[in-house]
Amino acid sequence: MTKIKKEELAVAALENGTVIDHIPTQSLFKVVNLLGIKDLTSSVTIGFNLDSKKCGKKGIIKVADVFFPEKTLNRIAIVAPNAKINVIRGYEVVDKHTVTLPDDIVGIVRCGNPKCITNNEPVDTHFHVVERGDNVVLKCHYCERSFKDDEIEII
Amino acid sequence: MKNNSLVSIYDYSKEELLELLDDARHFEENPNQDLLAGKVVATLFFEPSTRTRLSFETAINRLGGRVIGFSDAATSSSSKGETLHDTIMMVSNYADLIIMRHYLEGAARYASEFSPVPIVNAGDGANQHPSQTMLDLYSIYKTQGTLDNLTITMVGDLKYGRTVHSLLMAMYYFKPRFNFVACKELQMPVEYKIFCDKHGIEYHEYTDFSEEVINETDILYMTRVQRERFTDLMEYERVKNLYTLRNSMLAGSKDNLRILHPLPRVNEIAYDVDSNPKAYYFKQAQNGLYARQAIICKVLGIKVNR
Ligand SMILES: [Zn+2]
Repeated sequence: MTKIKKEELAVAALENGTVIDHIPTQSLFKVVNLLGIKDLTSSVTIGFNLDSKKCGKKGIIKVADVFFPEKTLNRIAIVAPNAKINVIRGYEVVDKHTVTLPDDIVGIVRCGNPKCITNNEPVDTHFHVVERGDNVVLKCHYCERSFKDDEIEII
Repeated sequence: MKNNSLVSIYDYSKEELLELLDDARHFEENPNQDLLAGKVVATLFFEPSTRTRLSFETAINRLGGRVIGFSDAATSSSSKGETLHDTIMMVSNYADLIIMRHYLEGAARYASEFSPVPIVNAGDGANQHPSQTMLDLYSIYKTQGTLDNLTITMVGDLKYGRTVHSLLMAMYYFKPRFNFVACKELQMPVEYKIFCDKHGIEYHEYTDFSEEVINETDILYMTRVQRERFTDLMEYERVKNLYTLRNSMLAGSKDNLRILHPLPRVNEIAYDVDSNPKAYYFKQAQNGLYARQAIICKVLGIKVNR
């Protein structure tokens, strides 16, 4: 276990909670929605357009006193594939890991096919991840069309 | 809900496909059997397709079942704004099986997830039409005596033609070799070429519809080139007659060559081909009846006595 270094204290120190770092700046508010941050009652600090050594500008979210289930955190992998999760207890980082894109994505991505049943009836969208890595490809479970990551729209 | 629905031809394994072909052959020998006695089958056509509906309803009648349903959305409750979900739930109170065609893609998959009775997809927009693929497979099997190691040449609209896409993917169990003949605008989509590469399926692409390609072919699968598929109408005018099969082009073809077409045709097969014994497209449509009898029995779990 390591003490948080000064330079990592980009926004504010956290006693207990979760820090989601290395969010692409254009995805920050999508991540906020996917994690349901606006329904939380604990204190949340959101950093936007921060300088990053790795990727130019980044976003960061610090949530006090909340430890998200892995399944919830992995929901953001589609928009923030390189996000780093820091779990903090007593001002110390007790766990540090990246997010993993699940095999199935339910209710997060809109199907880009206007003739798809999911755009015409009240049904949760469902995609299968058919390609991973730098060129993510999702296939709609219903209309069976495939979409590249730059064509993907978050609900 | 887990049931025996048939939504896509890829829901079936190689063994299941071969079993269905065997059943279809059995029905061809003896089409009238009382296997559906006491059963009610609903044919729900949210989008009209007379050909497919008549084929399915004939299959049900020849099996001794009864049919309820509608032939287009204007006469159904969906025209009053009822959801697909509610229509399926209502009909499942009455029928043992629902055969549905819908203009929305994924409609049958969705219905199969909550329907208490099995669903057979009779076409969902541009997506799947598994009974068409099944009758294509049966036609190939019957005319060639095997599905293995055949050279299949697909001609015309390979971009939007769902029948060629489904056939391509269903054939992958049987080590095929493909020729794709199409103009630039209507070439086989990249994802199907990736599929071939992934599964070690040999394919060649041509923009010329030449006798050289025809002469090495076992199955010549012709499709319609439709005007509305073109963004550039000049291009349509240029290519519309380039992919037409004429009887003279068959002079050097293999004896076992057969010509398939999902019908209806427009001008992609000249009428002088019809009298050639290698023309198989009308018989192919008739095979649809036997393929559909086999499918109906399979989804209802009815054993076919051979
Ligand atoms: Zn879709």
